[in-house]
Amino acid sequence: MRSEDFELISGLLKQRSGLILPKDKVYLLESRLTPIAHKRGLETLDDLINEVRLKRKEDLLTEITEAMTTNESFFFRDNRPFDLFKDTVLPQFLQSRASRKKIRIWCAAASTGQEPYSLAIILKEMGIKIAGWDIEIVGTDISQEVLDKAKAGLFSQFEVQRGLPIQLLIKYFNQVGDLWQISDEIKSMVKYRKFNLLDPYTLLGNFDVIFCRNVLIYFDQPTKGEVLAKMRKIIPADGTLFLGAAETVLGITDKFKPVQGQRGLYSTADVSADVIGKLRAS
Amino acid sequence: MKLCLIVDDSKIIRKVARRILEELNFDIQEAVDGQDALDNCKNSMPDVVLLDWNMPVMNGLDFLKALRRTEGGAEPIVVFCTTENDMSHISAAISAGADEYIMKPFDREIIESKFVQVGLL
Repeated sequence: MRSEDFELISGLLKQRSGLILPKDKVYLLESRLTPIAHKRGLETLDDLINEVRLKRKEDLLTEITEAMTTNESFFFRDNRPFDLFKDTVLPQFLQSRASRKKIRIWCAAASTGQEPYSLAIILKEMGIKIAGWDIEIVGTDISQEVLDKAKAGLFSQFEVQRGLPIQLLIKYFNQVGDLWQISDEIKSMVKYRKFNLLDPYTLLGNFDVIFCRNVLIYFDQPTKGEVLAKMRKIIPADGTLFLGAAETVLGITDKFKPVQGQRGLYSTADVSADVIGKLRAS
Repeated sequence: MKLCLIVDDSKIIRKVARRILEELNFDIQEAVDGQDALDNCKNSMPDVVLLDWNMPVMNGLDFLKALRRTEGGAEPIVVFCTTENDMSHISAAISAGADEYIMKPFDREIIESKFVQVGLL
C-alpha cells in the first residue's frame, strides 16, 4: 500500500474514532476493507481508497470506521474483572446505595454484547440479593453493526464456548438452528446505544461503574487522557472503572488511580480512604 | 503433572487433543471407547477425562454413568467433547455428572477456556 493511501485512511480513522493504526497493521486494512470494496462492486482496495479520496461519501467513511474498530469479544473475558465486580465492587455498591437501590453500569465498548451480557448473568445469578434493586446496564459501541448483533443476542457455537460455563449456557440460552440466543430475561437487562467515545458524554447520564476494557490501547496519549477525564465527570467520587489488563492510567491522567492489589480496577482520585479499604479488602 | 484420559474412537481427534493438552502440561493416556476407558480408569484414575459421545462398544454417556458408580470414580473431572450439540444431549450429560461440555469442532482456545473454568488450569 502506498504511504499516502495509508495516511489517508489512518487519518480518517483517527479523526472519526480516535483509533491509532500503526504502520505494521497495514494487513488489517487489507483484510477488513477488501470485503467492503467487493461489496461495493470495486475490484481492489486501491479502488476503494480512490473512492474515499474523490467522493468522501459519509456512508462509506462510516462503514470503513466501523470495520476497523470492530474487535472480537467473549463471555467473561479474562475472568478476573468479573470476579472483582461480583465479589468486591458490587457488594460495596449494594451497601453504599442501599437507600436508593439504584446502580448504573456502562460498558463503553460493548461490541457484540458479551461483556454486558456477562454482567447481566452475574446479576441474575445473585437472585434475591438484588431483588427490588434497579440495576441498569448500558452497552455502547461506535459500530451499529456490532450493536445490532448484540441486540439480537445470537451467538455462534464457537462464541458460546469461549468463556461461558456450560451450566450458564443451559440456563440462559436457547438453541436457534446452528446458533445460540441469549434469553429474553438477560437481554432485557441491557440497553444498547450507538456512541462514539470522542463525543460529549453528558447525554449518557451518570454511572457508578464503567467498563472500558481494551479500548484505550487503540488511542494516542492525549485521546486516552480526554476520554478518562470525560469519564471522571460522569461518575461519583466512589465510582469505579475497569480497564483492560494491558491498560493503565499511570502517566495519562490524575483523575483515576489503580486500586492496589486489584488489577484492572481503578477508583477516582477523590475517593475516600474508607471505600478504598473496602475495595482492597477482598 | 495432572493426568488426562482422552477417550475418542478417532485416532486423529486423540492426536489433536493430545498435542493441545501436552502443551498445557498434562500427562496423557488414551482410550478408544467407553469400555477401554473404564478399564483404564480402574488401573489408574485420571484427574480429568476428555470424553467423546458416539463410540463403538460403550458410548461416552454409558461410560460416564459407569465411572461415577466406580470406586474413586466421582473424583475425575469429566469434559465431554462431541459433535452432539443440542440442548437435550448437553442436559443429559450434565445430569449424568459431566462437569463441562465442548461441542466439536474445538480448538486450543476452547479446551483451554473450559479447563480454566473447571479449575484445572
